[in-house]
Order: sequence, then structure tokens, then C-alpha cells
Amino acid sequence: MNKVMSNKTVIALYVLPALLVLIALIYVPILMTGYYGLMKWDGIGEMTFIGLENYTKLMKDAMFWDSAYHSFLLAIFSTVSLIGYLIISLILASKIKGANLLRKIYLIPMLLSSVAIAQLWLKVYHPSNGLVNSLLMTFGVDNPPAWLAEPNLVLQALFVPIIWQYAGFYILIYYAALKNIPDSLVEAAKIDGANPLQIAWKIKVPLIAGVIKVTIVLAIVGSLKYFDLIYVMTGGGPNGSSEVMASYMYQKAFGTYDFGYGSSIGFFLLIICLVITWLIRKLTATKEELQY
Amino acid sequence: MKRKAITLLLMSMLVVSLILSGCSGSDSSNGNEGDSSSDQTTIKFMHLWPEGSAKQHHGIVQDIVAEFEETNPGVKVQLDILSVEQYKEKLKVLAASNELPDVGLTWAAGFLEPYANGNMFAELDDIKGENFISGTTEAFAVDEKTYGLPLELNIAPIYYNKTIFAEHNLEVPQTYEEFKNVVKTLADNGVTPITVGNKDRWTGSMWYMYLADRIGGPETLTNAINRTGTFEDPALIQAAQEIQTLADMNAFVKGFNGLSNDEAKGPFMNNQAAMYLMGSWELPNYTTNEDVPQEFRDSIGFFKFPTVEGGKGDINSFVGGPGVGLFVAEDSEVKEEAKKFVSFFVEKWGERSVTDAGVIPATKVDTESVDLPQMYIDVLNELANASNITLYADVQMSAGVANEHLNMIQSLFGGQITPEEFAKKHEEALASEE
Repeated sequence: MNKVMSNKTVIALYVLPALLVLIALIYVPILMTGYYGLMKWDGIGEMTFIGLENYTKLMKDAMFWDSAYHSFLLAIFSTVSLIGYLIISLILASKIKGANLLRKIYLIPMLLSSVAIAQLWLKVYHPSNGLVNSLLMTFGVDNPPAWLAEPNLVLQALFVPIIWQYAGFYILIYYAALKNIPDSLVEAAKIDGANPLQIAWKIKVPLIAGVIKVTIVLAIVGSLKYFDLIYVMTGGGPNGSSEVMASYMYQKAFGTYDFGYGSSIGFFLLIICLVITWLIRKLTATKEELQY
Repeated sequence: MKRKAITLLLMSMLVVSLILSGCSGSDSSNGNEGDSSSDQTTIKFMHLWPEGSAKQHHGIVQDIVAEFEETNPGVKVQLDILSVEQYKEKLKVLAASNELPDVGLTWAAGFLEPYANGNMFAELDDIKGENFISGTTEAFAVDEKTYGLPLELNIAPIYYNKTIFAEHNLEVPQTYEEFKNVVKTLADNGVTPITVGNKDRWTGSMWYMYLADRIGGPETLTNAINRTGTFEDPALIQAAQEIQTLADMNAFVKGFNGLSNDEAKGPFMNNQAAMYLMGSWELPNYTTNEDVPQEFRDSIGFFKFPTVEGGKGDINSFVGGPGVGLFVAEDSEVKEEAKKFVSFFVEKWGERSVTDAGVIPATKVDTESVDLPQMYIDVLNELANASNITLYADVQMSAGVANEHLNMIQSLFGGQITPEEFAKKHEEALASEE
């Protein structure tokens, strides 16, 4: 077997099918998107080449920058909430009562599709008989806000289900990483007299630093390209106050028949994501990874 | 060892070929079906009435198709059925890859225009005939050539709950002042006067359109859109002002900007809201739909949007327009058969859609010969007496401007912009497309 695996032709043959599929399904469409971004095209009729006009228009499009701002808010919010997930995982991984049940509770949202979650939370936020407002009214708030209809509340209201939706995913990642830490290290620390907080902060967290770095990238990039829940719950409204980059792109390409412009947004989004991933990797780069 | 490698290699190649054949599979199966017997023609027909959500429509289509196949031996109609939003997207994708079905459904004006200009739809003037209600086929015309034959025609009255009106001693309002009194009485008594699902935005646009029509007359809004007039016309600004007045009076259901039309329908169907402005496609819910309690159906009536004192519009002017229409693909290989199918379909649809599906067809109906619920007859009579039907504003506009208009409608209802800003934004959006 080793002999086969070191044969360059065989390696190439093995890699080739997957590579071809990957190129055809991922990289070619990306290049096509960039190409369409240079066109004036309604998606149906003739394409006209207009160079970088879509991109210059994009730079001046206040609506786009609004949506970009909303995406960045979401990115910051998701990153901050990672701290919460980490704390929950630390608690779950230390042997507490009911950890098993709690773990399942956190994981359940992961089993639901985004559209189902959106439908669920639409009911929760319903202005007159939703869960939130019914509760508020029983506590004596006469006129609770219509969460998804208020331009200055809608974004925050949408963040809640997004956080809820992804909690299970990140907790699972952290939990798995924490479970990998050998017990002997924790035991040794205990013998040296470290309290649980010190063990968590000085031993466990540094040991899973690599995983944390990955989750930060995932959270930020995931937020920048976030689409589904917002599209179903508000469609970017009222009047664009919950529009994010991806929903704006969709709206331009499919809503207003501006396929070229939509493509340029998509391509720009890709560039932003690449730059940010690269930046995070640079910023968090450490000389040596901790080993156990 | 080598054998193992070769087996693995073969397996991976098999997987790839499977994946690739999956990609091209749809083409080969669709394209060759008609050729299997030499004199068999297949017309591909894509429509948007799935059995689950539009049972009556679905049934009528099935019957018409069966009848057509029977009278035209050798011709087969192959159906592809999707729900509305999926339909719109698939149509676009198919158009972009030049694979439109031979016959399909399209919406009027702004929706149809890119397809007509992109040479995707065939001209249908040769099979148009005389039987259409005037104004309906015009909405499907670009440069005076008809690209679609309309199937339905709708007008939007205000439906109201007679029981709620009676409880509060209210009369059907004839003038806008009376209407505001109705709103005030209801709001003071803790009843939601009007339900409107403005997350969908066109719902709110209809309210604005009616006010614009009643204050400025039927041409003002249309002229502002086609650039012979302006959105800064005092009548249009006043109409925007009235929307905000109504919103300030708590006329509209709470959270309207976050509710979809379907969600907003709930309070009306549950006797919690007194009025609902919606197209005549809602009629079955108040007449024939067995899923709705008889008691509720009996308690619903409709009235025409009241006149505004000093305004130029008259009470018989409606907001409405044709719904979907049939198109034939320009590149269809069976164009003649497809056209034949379309004219057959339109004729049969006219005969059956009123009685079976509660649709008001775009072709003339002989109401004498069919047995219809009273509310239908009333609406059909209103339609016959209509002095004007203004096509939905967002349909009149190009897609880009329509989107801006709909966003502005949300802001206007939500009180985030003034009527003057509302007018100005429209002017800017329209100017940017000139």
C-alpha cells in the first residue's frame, strides 16, 4: 500500500476526481460571479460589458453599506457570544449533575432547519399573541413593541434566534475539544492546588486555543454571509433596516432583476470574507501551539 | 496491492460518472420523450397551482389538459407544477439558460417586460380574439404587442365584518370622513379597525393607491409613474399624509410592518379585525370555501373605497388588474401546438374558473347561465360598472423602482419618513432610471 501511495501518478489519479468536481462546482461559479459582476444584465436578456461600473456603484451605495454594517454588527455579536458558549461548555465538561440533559437541550436547535426556526420565532415575536408580548403584557406592559416591525429593534430581535440557533454547534465543538484534554493534566493541577477557575482559565482554555481560533473564524465568516433566517423572518425589512449583505445581494439579483449588480455584491462579499479570514489568522498567529 | 489500487480507481471513476450523469440526466429525459414515437408532440406546461395549496385551480388545469389531449390526438401536455415563489425563481433561471417551457404563466407589465424585451416570449396577437375584458390584455403588451393572455382579473374592495359593524352601530361609509369615524369608533372600543400585512408591502401600497386615486383622480398616480406627472403632486403628498393620519389613529393592526399578508388575514378571519382591503381572489373564503365556518362567511360583506371630499376620484374606480396570464416561449419547438393549447386553455378556463375556483376570469362571463354566490355576482357587477381600474403600482413600475416604492410604503406606514420625503424618494428612484 505504501508503495502505491508514494506513486505520484496514483496520487494524482486519486485526487483528480474530487478536484475536478470541486473546481466545477465551487471555483468556476465563483469566477463566473466575478465575470457577471462586470456586466449589465437583467438575468434574461443581453449582457453588456460595463467594466467596473457595478463595483464603483457599490462603493457609493448607501443601502449596501447599511447592510454591510448590519452584517458586521452580527459578526461582532456572534464573536462575543462565543465567550458564553465557551463558559457553558466548560461547565458541561466538568462533571456536573444533569450535564447530559443540558447538552441535549443546547443541541436541539441544531436539528431544526433555519426555515423551521424562522417560523417558530415568527410566532414568538408575533405582535399581539406572540410569546414575548404575551409575557410582557401579563407583567403589565401595556404597549409592547412589535419587534419585527420596529426599525431600531428588528436587528437585535433577529440576533436572538441566530444566537440560539448556533449555540449547540459551538458548544459541541468546545465540548469535544475539552473532552480531549487528558485527565492527568487536570489531576496534576488539582494536586498543585489550583481551583476550578484556575484550571479552566490557565489549563483548559489555552489547550483548546486552536479550536477557539477556528470558531472565531467560523463565527465571523458565517455572520458576514448570513442569510436564511433574516430572509424568511423579515425579508430585510422594514425598509432595509434588517438587510444584511447576502440578503441585499439576493434582493438585487432576484428581486429587482439586476443580476450583474447582485453578482458584484456576491464577489465583493467573497473578497471581504477572504480578507477577514486572513486578518484573523495573522492576528491570532502564535509561534508554537500548546501540546499535551 | 496494485489490484486494490485499480479497484479503488475504478470505483472513484464510477462515482464521478454517476455524479456527472446526474447533472445531465434531466436534459436527456426531457428532450427525448417526445421523439419516442415519431408523430407524438409534447407541450411542456409549467404552472403554479399545486394540488395542496390550490386544489380547485389544479383540478381545472388537469381537466382542461385531459380534454385538450383528447381532442388533439398525438399531442401530449407535460406538466411541471411549482408554488408561486419557486415558480418565479425557476422561470428566471430557465430563461437565463434559454430553456423555458413551451407554455407557462407570467404576470403582467413589470414582470413580463424583461422577458418580452429579451425575446423570450412569443407574440400572441394572432390568437388573442375578442373575448377579453378591455384593459386586461393591454397589461400584457409591450410596444403594442401582446406577449401574454390573461386568465384572471381582480379588483380590490374593502371586505368588512357585518357583525362587528352592527355591534358598534356602524354603517358602511360612503365618504372618507365617515370612514375615519368608523375607524375611530372601532379603535376607541378596542377593536382592530383594519388588518394589513405590510411585511409584503404591496398590501400597504393598495391603501396608498386608493387614497391617491380618490384625492387626485385616476390619472395622477399613473402619470407620476410614466413621468408625465410627478410624485410631488399635492394630491399624492396628501394621500401619503392620510396614510400617516390613519396609522396615528391606530387604524391598522398592531405590528403591521412585521406581518405578512397571510398572518394579517388571521385577525380578520377570527372576527378580531373589522376591515380588510384585498383583491377579489379572497372571495372564495367568504363564499364557497367549506373550510371556513358558514357563520363567518355569512357575516362578511364588501364596500367600495369611500370618496374623499373635494377629491377628483369617483367611487367606481378600482385598484386591481389582471393576475397571471399564459405565455408561449419564443424558442419553443412546438410553437403552433403551444399557441393552440393556449387559446383552448383560455376559452375553457373562462367557462370553468368562476364556478369551480371562484376566479374572475379575464374573459367575459355570462353570469345569467351560471349559479353563483351572491357576493360574486355583486363583485362581477361592480366590475362591469367600474369607471377605471388602476393597475397595482408596483406592477406598473420597473422592478428597481417598484422595490424602492414598496420600501418607502413601509417607511410611510411606520412613520419613519414624512410625506414630502416619500414623494422625493420616488422622484429620485424614477429619475435614476431615465
